Amino acid sequence: MSIILQVSDLVKRFASLTAVDRVSFDIREGSCFGLLGPNGAGKTTTIEMMEGIKLPDSGSIRYRGAPLGEQFRNEAGIMFQSTALQDFITVREVMRQFSRFYPHSADIDDLADRFALHEFLGQDTRKLSGGQKQRLLLAMAMINQPKILFLDEPTTGLDPQSRRNLWDQVQQVRAQGATILLTTHYMEEAYELCDEIAIMDHGRIIAHDAPDALLAAHFNDVVVQLHATDLPREIGEPEFDAVYRNDSAHIVTGDVNQTIENLLRLDIPLDHLRIRARDLEDLFLELTGRELRA
Amino acid sequence: MNWRRIYALFVARNLEFVRDRSSLAWNLLLPILIIIGFAYAFTGDNPEKFKVGLVASAQLEPAALEFRATRYIKFIDFDQVDSNLVKVERHQIDLLFDADSRRYWINRSSPNGYIVEKLLIAAFSGAADNLQKSLVEGDEIRYLDWVMPGVIGMNIMWGALFGIGYVIVRYRKFGVLKRISATPVTAMEFLSAQILSRLCLLLVVNLVIYVGMDFFVDFRMHGSYLNLLLVFILGSVNLICCGLVVAARISSEEVANGLLNLFSWPMMFLSGVWFSLEGAHPLMQKLALLLPLTHITAAARAIMIDGAGLLDISDHLLVLAISSAILLFIGARIFRWE
Repeated sequence: MSIILQVSDLVKRFASLTAVDRVSFDIREGSCFGLLGPNGAGKTTTIEMMEGIKLPDSGSIRYRGAPLGEQFRNEAGIMFQSTALQDFITVREVMRQFSRFYPHSADIDDLADRFALHEFLGQDTRKLSGGQKQRLLLAMAMINQPKILFLDEPTTGLDPQSRRNLWDQVQQVRAQGATILLTTHYMEEAYELCDEIAIMDHGRIIAHDAPDALLAAHFNDVVVQLHATDLPREIGEPEFDAVYRNDSAHIVTGDVNQTIENLLRLDIPLDHLRIRARDLEDLFLELTGRELRA
Repeated sequence: MNWRRIYALFVARNLEFVRDRSSLAWNLLLPILIIIGFAYAFTGDNPEKFKVGLVASAQLEPAALEFRATRYIKFIDFDQVDSNLVKVERHQIDLLFDADSRRYWINRSSPNGYIVEKLLIAAFSGAADNLQKSLVEGDEIRYLDWVMPGVIGMNIMWGALFGIGYVIVRYRKFGVLKRISATPVTAMEFLSAQILSRLCLLLVVNLVIYVGMDFFVDFRMHGSYLNLLLVFILGSVNLICCGLVVAARISSEEVANGLLNLFSWPMMFLSGVWFSLEGAHPLMQKLALLLPLTHITAAARAIMIDGAGLLDISDHLLVLAISSAILLFIGARIFRWE
């Protein structure tokens, strides 16, 4: 596959803070590229430079080998983290308005059908629910039948049904050949949708590969998971180096048999025991740490 | 410039304006209420039925003193005759009396002037032959006629400054501009659409106000409607461009509000909308010339009251056109989507 977007040595500073620090990567045409990172890692600044919204202090972004220009503007679809629309405008009117911005645009009724917006076409955009509005914003990003689609945390704040629905839409878009750049806080989402991911922290890319390749490169162990009430902290932490998340104790081990033997020796009930492979969330936390970010 | 994109933005902004009922009602009602208020204030029963201008450098002689003591006449002291004759021509006063030379001026077509003349002659009963009568001509100009062009200009000013400035700042604050910036729309296309939309809305709203107020108070219009339209178009564009410059970078509605008020309030009081600046401090008069509303009011007033042609008001038109071009250039150069 050819390279559709090439990011080289991108730097962006805000006063003394270097938000993006010499970031480089290529995005292959037709792929779904995930940009992950904790809050303040530099994801949104990076994606906004790639969208042409912010100018980098140094470095370059090339679309199909050329600097971002008219062709990019016409072929890119963009869905921001949060977007306000003009007041007193209906769904159909805003879609018609955006369709007129581009030389070629999709049929509004087709898009409305595809994104389940048909019954809201005459409705004021301010009266849409969160899920309906996200679907509208995605439909607007698709109005120019984009070759490359930027999705900045598209499912934040959505309920599980709306999130799954949006994943289906994104997969359909991808199946039609569009390239997708996605930022998300949901590791499950990244794993589900992305062929390739880059994890950012403190403005730099700290890991970059296909999700399974990254997991294979970083982990050769599994997680034994128990209910926190079955394995109390005073035993779990000193004996098994367990990590507590929500109501669960997580024991990372390379030898499952030995771990289970040890648990039995200490009379720990195994009724709620689960064994799972390490996932992207584990990798994310391992690489970016557990402390809260701004 | 892509006109399809400009049209899309133009339509969306117009829909937004027309559907915002409270804002629309306020835009239409405020100037009408002001004019109705003035109509009431200046056409109600007034115990002082007549107005006489009095020029006197020395002590008044007994006959003049007797005339001055006449009830129901309001006497206004003037320093000189020449600059105040126009007030007799326009029926702003009924008679002008120069007590030093015993000469008086009345308007040939003024019934009040006829009555006040009789009272003057009666006061000078024995020496009436010494009075020297002069006639002037001209139709009545009420304060309402005089203030009307300025009120429309002021309404354009509010609509242009706040209609553009506030809207763009709000768009920027809530990310509407950011979303548009992610499309092929250029800053110039966006600004052009905003200018065209606001210009059309201002002209339509003020046309409704003009017709409505003419119905209520039947004000004076002696010039060409096309010339007046040209003045209001140029004035609107100028004030819209002022709003663009203010809103070019700000994303705080509070700051925008402060700046727009900083622009608009001096114009309210220094542009000759409510009172003539003749006799004001020379510095204030020069300052007033820097304000677009001064030129809009003066040009519209000259057309409506004196029937002035384009050549007569060319200086005002030139100032408005040149400053509009400069403001648009600055606004487009410093404009930021975010």
